[in-house]
Amino acid sequence: MRTSAAAPVAAAAPQQEGVLSRLAAGNTLPIVIVVAAIVVAWYGFAVYLNMPWQLGVYERSGTTWTFADLVRDTLAQERPVLPSPHQVFAEMWRTTVEVAPTSRRSLLYHAWVTLSSTLLGFALGTLLGILLAVFIVHNRAMDKSVMPWVVASQTIPILAIAPMIIVVLNAVGLTGLLPKALISTYLSFFPVVVGMVKGLRSPEPIQLDLMRTYSASAAQTFWKLRWPSAMPYLFTSLKVAVAISLVGAIVGELPTGAVAGLGARLLAGSYYGQTVQIWSALFMAAALAAILVAVIGAGHRMVLKRMGMAQ
Amino acid sequence: MTNPFILALLFWIAAWALNEWLVRLSPRPAAMRRLIDVLVPLVFGVAVLAMWEGVVRGFAIPSVLLPPPSMIWARIVNSVPILWADFRQTFLKAVLIGYVLGCGAGFLVAILIDRSPFLQRGLLPLGNFVSALPIIGIAPIMVMWFGFDWPSKAAVVIIMTFFPMLVNTVQGLAASSAIDRDLMRTYAAGYWQTLFKLRLPAAAPFIFNALKINSTLALIGAIVAEFFGTPIVGMGFRISTEVGRMNVDMVWAEIAVAALAGSVFYGVVALAERAVTFWHPSVRGG
Amino acid sequence: MNAPASHIEPAVQTLAPVIEASGLGLTFATNDGPVNALSSVDLAIGKGEFVSFIGPSGCGKTTFLRVIADLEQPTEGTILVNGMSPRAARQARAYGYVFQAAGLFPWRTIERNVALPLEIMGYPRREVDERIARTLALVNLTGFEKKFPWQLSGGMQQRASIARALAFDADLLLMDEPFGALDEIVRDHLNEQLLELWARTQKTICFVTHSIPEAVYLSTKIVVMSPRPGRVTDVIHSTLPRERPLDIRESPEFLSIAARVREGLRSGHGYED
Repeated sequence: MRTSAAAPVAAAAPQQEGVLSRLAAGNTLPIVIVVAAIVVAWYGFAVYLNMPWQLGVYERSGTTWTFADLVRDTLAQERPVLPSPHQVFAEMWRTTVEVAPTSRRSLLYHAWVTLSSTLLGFALGTLLGILLAVFIVHNRAMDKSVMPWVVASQTIPILAIAPMIIVVLNAVGLTGLLPKALISTYLSFFPVVVGMVKGLRSPEPIQLDLMRTYSASAAQTFWKLRWPSAMPYLFTSLKVAVAISLVGAIVGELPTGAVAGLGARLLAGSYYGQTVQIWSALFMAAALAAILVAVIGAGHRMVLKRMGMAQ
Repeated sequence: MTNPFILALLFWIAAWALNEWLVRLSPRPAAMRRLIDVLVPLVFGVAVLAMWEGVVRGFAIPSVLLPPPSMIWARIVNSVPILWADFRQTFLKAVLIGYVLGCGAGFLVAILIDRSPFLQRGLLPLGNFVSALPIIGIAPIMVMWFGFDWPSKAAVVIIMTFFPMLVNTVQGLAASSAIDRDLMRTYAAGYWQTLFKLRLPAAAPFIFNALKINSTLALIGAIVAEFFGTPIVGMGFRISTEVGRMNVDMVWAEIAVAALAGSVFYGVVALAERAVTFWHPSVRGG
Repeated sequence: MNAPASHIEPAVQTLAPVIEASGLGLTFATNDGPVNALSSVDLAIGKGEFVSFIGPSGCGKTTFLRVIADLEQPTEGTILVNGMSPRAARQARAYGYVFQAAGLFPWRTIERNVALPLEIMGYPRREVDERIARTLALVNLTGFEKKFPWQLSGGMQQRASIARALAFDADLLLMDEPFGALDEIVRDHLNEQLLELWARTQKTICFVTHSIPEAVYLSTKIVVMSPRPGRVTDVIHSTLPRERPLDIRESPEFLSIAARVREGLRSGHGYED
């Protein structure tokens, strides 16, 4: 029963909006089912991948085993190839709730270390990005010289520079938070510049002509027209920027064998074969990313609503 | 006040003045305009390099901190075998194989779930969610599963490129207009006929968008995954070890190679995009 | 010329009607409540007729066309196309549809666009080439085969769209305001060409339009519709000769038919029992 008014197949409407809001909008059931399927598959794979080692244990200790024993034991190994979800959550619980947040064994402590450099870098990168975008939009030489490089830089694996920046800055005495934050700054800078330039240039020609008929100055045109028009583009870039800032902060923790932060936990886990630790750090990083993007999404909706541009 | 710096400063001012003049020209032939569009950023780039050289030499900045471009160039020229071996390991193996498999898998899954709006409503939000996550963190786990060599890096690349491709392909498949789909209905065209003659060509701009994004993600993923452990060759390996030895010029050399590889890769995909989606307004210049 | 034109029946064919609607109704469920797009439509369209549907927005003319094409399903009443259900007619490829927008695929040349239905319906290669050449000649687009749609003007794109609808053997042509987006002079030319085409191919044409002169100029029968609920308020059999130069639009006979159409549109409330 197809009518012309029926929308095309899926909920494939512009997807960059807050993921969590979409869950509440009637798509909950499919998502729940897909997630449930993933969890079931996960458990299956955990048993399957952990089986070889477990069978070796049974052999060496000569115990007889049933399939139920196998399932139970593979899901509770200390160094599993693939930890079961409940193992990861148990570890997360252990290192967040059961430990003081200020202790070095607390996942929250490490999350905070990573988060703080993420936020600092993100804030700096956004500020610089917006400033450069404003400059580019108002100065033609800037635009033609710098913009091609900004666009080209998006094809360059900037993240590869992270170790060097850390080490070099450490050598001049800048340690700890700042070098990591600088990496995040550098990474979040580019999406913001690209997005803001697009946004500041998004007013229609007739709207710009209107401002010209009022003899509006560049500053007036900026504050009354360009800046409001750029808001949707800004928030889209902010989501990309915050996610990439987080990645930058994590990668920035790798080179010096850092002892604090989620990246450090990942590295330590991989050196010492502590798979459960790796997965719990990964989950925490994922949770951080989700929260950051959701916060920006909420900010997005709030601002757009006040501007009457709510979708 | 040291000489190289003054020279560089003068060069910078001259270059900026040149650019300010160039952008004010409005020649009529389109070829001249395109030439200027290429010239201005090039002049800017050269000026930045000159400034870099001048500042480093002029202020005698230790080269372990920031080597001048001339030193980096010397290092590149002298290390071609190493650079090439690293490039082969990281780019030709991990990046290319992971890219093809990841994008291919994303595309196929999108087609598979095309006939199920239910699955789409479940997987799409998940895909967007995963795209925001620091997927690079999965590298140590891949190393644990697939070993130190390039397959584990390729696995990271596959995971990183899968979701953008899935999301964009699904969006692209929905992009054909109602009129076009009604037209196919009036021809009583079957599902596969409609898919191949209408929906896939209409989806091409979206698919290429993902292919371009993925070209950058693949390179980043492979290099950073090597930070977590790799045999003694690879761009990420070289960067992290040379950083440890404070051979910063070698690090810059590797970065230069990575930058070149990244831009060429992206450029090739962009050229393919121009060829396939020649009809799209954005490509036509409309 | 004062006798009401509708009482003079044209020589009616004894063949079965191409389209037969009886008590046809379609109600849409929308967010703002049910919408009666069509109600109690009784209409028969015979072979070789040129029937225009005219009325304001929401009167159901496009909806009726889409029901014939099986792009919408009715909620009441029956409709037969070529003696079968619209669905069967669609699967038998009984009609060609021309949309409001040309809807050509921008990645295909004009000739590949015209070939599209032929590819889908499995016509052999040699026949495809011959049909493309023939239909493009019919709409005066010979020489533009290798061009892309965006290289052509709006009028030419619409002509290509018509060629596409003529390429395969369907005796019924359904046209939904095809010339609405074009300027007056282009429209006049296309109207002339359409009549010529109709004379040459002898197809049955259902034509939806907003324009009274266009409806009167083109048709053998004019169906006047009005909205809320969508229904037929008048069916006018045209007395104009089949050969019509453009300046027939100034003749008294033309003007009286047009006046009757205008009357029907304006009243819009009265039922004709």
